[in-house]
Amino acid sequence: MTGLLSLVLWLPLAGAVTLLAIPQDRHATLRIVTLVVALLDLAAALCAGAAMDLTHTGTLQLVERASWIPSIGVSYHLGTDGLSLSLVVLTALLLVLCVVYSWRIETRIKEYMILLLLLETGLVGVFVALDLFLFYVFWEVSLVPMYLLIGIWGGPRRGYAAIKFFIYTVAGSLAMLLAILLVYVHSNPRTFDLVDLIGRRPLAQSLPLAVLAFWGFFLGFGVKVPLFPFHTWLPDAYAEAPTAGSVLLAGVMSKLGAYGFIRIVLPLLPDAFRQMASLVAVLAVIGAVYSALVALAQTDFKRMIAYSSVGHLGYVMLGVAAAAAGAGGALADATAKALTGATLQMLAHGIITGALFVLAGVLADGEARTRDLSEFGGLWARVPVFSGIAVLAILASLGLPGLMGFVAEFLIFLGAYQIYPAMTVLALVGVVLTVVYFLWAVYRLFFGPLNMRWAALPDLDRREQWVLAPLCALMVLFGTYPGPLVAMINLATANILSLAR
Amino acid sequence: MDLGLIAPELVLALLGLVVLVVELFTGPGAKRLVGWVGIVGLAGALVPSSALLGQAPRLVFGGTYAVDPFAAFFKIVAVTSGVLVLLAAMAFFRDRRAEHEGEVYVLIVFMVLGLVAMAAAADLILLFLAIEFVSLVSYVLAGSLKRDRKSSEAGVKYFLFGAVASAIMLYGFSYLYGAGGTTNVYQLGPRIAGQPTSLAVVAAVLVLAGLGFKTSLVPFHQWTPDVYEGAPSPVTAFLSVGSKAAAFAALLRVFYVALPPGAWVPVLGVLAAVTMSVGNLLALSQQNVKRMLAYSAIAHAGYMMIGVVALAASPTAVGSGIAAVLYYLLAYVFTNIGAFGVVIAAERALGSDAIPDYAGFGRRAPVLALAMTVFMLSLTGIPPTSLFLGKLNLFGAALQSGLGWLAVVGILNSAASAYYYLGVVRVMYTQAPADPSPLPEGAFIRTLLAVTAAATLVLGIYPEPFVRLVQHASLLLRV
Repeated sequence: MTGLLSLVLWLPLAGAVTLLAIPQDRHATLRIVTLVVALLDLAAALCAGAAMDLTHTGTLQLVERASWIPSIGVSYHLGTDGLSLSLVVLTALLLVLCVVYSWRIETRIKEYMILLLLLETGLVGVFVALDLFLFYVFWEVSLVPMYLLIGIWGGPRRGYAAIKFFIYTVAGSLAMLLAILLVYVHSNPRTFDLVDLIGRRPLAQSLPLAVLAFWGFFLGFGVKVPLFPFHTWLPDAYAEAPTAGSVLLAGVMSKLGAYGFIRIVLPLLPDAFRQMASLVAVLAVIGAVYSALVALAQTDFKRMIAYSSVGHLGYVMLGVAAAAAGAGGALADATAKALTGATLQMLAHGIITGALFVLAGVLADGEARTRDLSEFGGLWARVPVFSGIAVLAILASLGLPGLMGFVAEFLIFLGAYQIYPAMTVLALVGVVLTVVYFLWAVYRLFFGPLNMRWAALPDLDRREQWVLAPLCALMVLFGTYPGPLVAMINLATANILSLAR
Repeated sequence: MDLGLIAPELVLALLGLVVLVVELFTGPGAKRLVGWVGIVGLAGALVPSSALLGQAPRLVFGGTYAVDPFAAFFKIVAVTSGVLVLLAAMAFFRDRRAEHEGEVYVLIVFMVLGLVAMAAAADLILLFLAIEFVSLVSYVLAGSLKRDRKSSEAGVKYFLFGAVASAIMLYGFSYLYGAGGTTNVYQLGPRIAGQPTSLAVVAAVLVLAGLGFKTSLVPFHQWTPDVYEGAPSPVTAFLSVGSKAAAFAALLRVFYVALPPGAWVPVLGVLAAVTMSVGNLLALSQQNVKRMLAYSAIAHAGYMMIGVVALAASPTAVGSGIAAVLYYLLAYVFTNIGAFGVVIAAERALGSDAIPDYAGFGRRAPVLALAMTVFMLSLTGIPPTSLFLGKLNLFGAALQSGLGWLAVVGILNSAASAYYYLGVVRVMYTQAPADPSPLPEGAFIRTLLAVTAAATLVLGIYPEPFVRLVQHASLLLRV
């Protein structure tokens, strides 16, 4: 069915325009309209999934193509496969939950809801765009709402965090723009169409140029992931953003970078990526271990989750790098495992870290008004539902078998070990450290004597439970029964790897 | 001699005389009528200007005046910016006791005529006359608020700098004349090609003093911040787009046609990089919005110079330097006049040009704030705005011509510029104002902002017809 992806893509924007017409003091109307739009978009995304041929999720489906700026070879080209569909659904789901969670926002609701919806269009656009120009437009469009979300509704150091986030990502994406242009000016006929470009590989003749283009993409995507040493914006942005902003930053935006590596760099510049894969792997492992060490030292719950994100994305990038190094080689099975694991880890991280940021938000935005772990203790007896869910999410995050994170990490390490044995072992050190700081956080939050300040701390209210329930259900579901999801992603990654030969 | 070929000039000259007479017969409170006549007349001049787009390139008036799509394009740009500036000026003078309101409208119309002539002049003497015509009008316009000390200072400063720059440029012209034995740009080309390059380099650098002055190219930029700050805001807006565009037109014509690339490409390449960097670095710390926009104008001159330097031959959009510059100029007209429209509105409401005073605009003046956000994002080069596509074209042209280093410098500068452009957005939306009362947004300002913001978005979202237009207009008459 054509037009379905466009619907998923533009519905939030239409919703944002609708909100413009609603007076700013009609709080209830604004919230309900936003929620309805977000739910409709989730439904549309699920419909898109239903409309797809799930036995062929490797090929691009629901393709829409129209000429846009023909004189410079830009087309409106959308399409989705198992990889992007799962991320689109994740985006739409997290957005619904963010709207529900943000019911408590009281200041400037109208702008807030408009920005959330604009952000959704930008994020979905990045995942479904098959034209590099279009991809770049959505990539940048998603930046501005996030900048304002952090800058207006963020924590005490929001101004600094917002501008730092913006400058870092803009610098990275401009480098990516150069890389896109480099590919473009060497294509004949000139086109920005990703599928055409992958078919023709304009830079295949000249490895130095391909490597140059790789560096451009590397900066753009690496800042977004973020790869060490480009991660310094992340703790500030994640910690200062309002809860919904943190959830979307960690849950979706950090995936944009990894997605770009998989969707664009791997099939478009396979030779250059193969050459540079070891470097990416090293940076990924450094990020995984270093961030775990820094996380150990954090007392701010949100910063700790932020650093854990750097670590988890490090595993993702290790998987991607391993796949790039092995693509087209003898270890086809290992590369497929690594890449599938990386994709799965992206989804798992989105769900799990989304839940963790909601939990941190409950503490920070709710009665407690603090995110300082050292001020808590003994909460288990006081707030059992909160504690139970938090422990579940933390265990999922540190990779407990039976929960979603484990499946993903297991696949990554299984695949990567055959390609980068030493680095995989080092990355496992990061896993161990992750267990340490997370369990320590569990101890500081829930065990020990109850700090009497929290004697009256309320447990999760109904709305917060509604936000967390789907995330928890998915963690358990995909942890115990990952088969169909893995199969769907497998087809997509296998196709991408076949292109990267 | 077909007078239809200079119909736009005739219309503009006639219009200038008409508004002059109308100005004579309107009372002090009714000067806005002059502006209206100017707007209607300029809109009328768009018709013959657009008609010229289809004309085959040729020279008229004994080879002194070019009729080509390139010149027609700049006629459209000059006239359009004239309309927008008149609108801005009418908003600026509304309910303000000013002595020379009517004269400002008249001079704006005359300046459009000068800009049109600058873009089409194919003879150094005619070019010099056109530039001087524009300059004299600009000096008066910059100082037109006679009772305002800053405005007077701006006028005098602009005059002093401008006179020196013109003199140096004229000296350069004399070199060209000495080398080629003619003042005709098109006859100079082949004659200079046979001369030693050093001569062409000296001539290029000297000519650059005059044209670089008008485009705010470093090191001829020193006047920019003071004049931009002191001149009445509509005039500043006009200087930042009108005379800049016309100077780029003259630069492209003289340099591409008359001078061998070896003489000026390396010099201009370095100057482009320096201009971008200096403009952006100095803009970072500005607290006065007009000064910030002045340094930003310098930086943008640097970006556009990338396109001038990129010499790729084929006039396809990404890859041709000329088309890239033209697209950028077209986009810049709307974005920058729009930004100055917000400045005018803020001046009227707050009596201040300080960026911190824009705090809380998101709530106090939502239309203003939203429009300003669009303009700032465009100036930064964030899609889906017009200058994003402009930058894409420029950097593409640079890569195409083997000037990757210039593209890299441009990228770094764009990233740095995000800091101060976004800074304005941050102040407007995230900082609490001292006084939260809503601000008035007049009808003129709203019209101006609606037009410029819409154009900024259309040029970014549906650029196809405009890309075709600049591709066509980059057919500069060559020998």
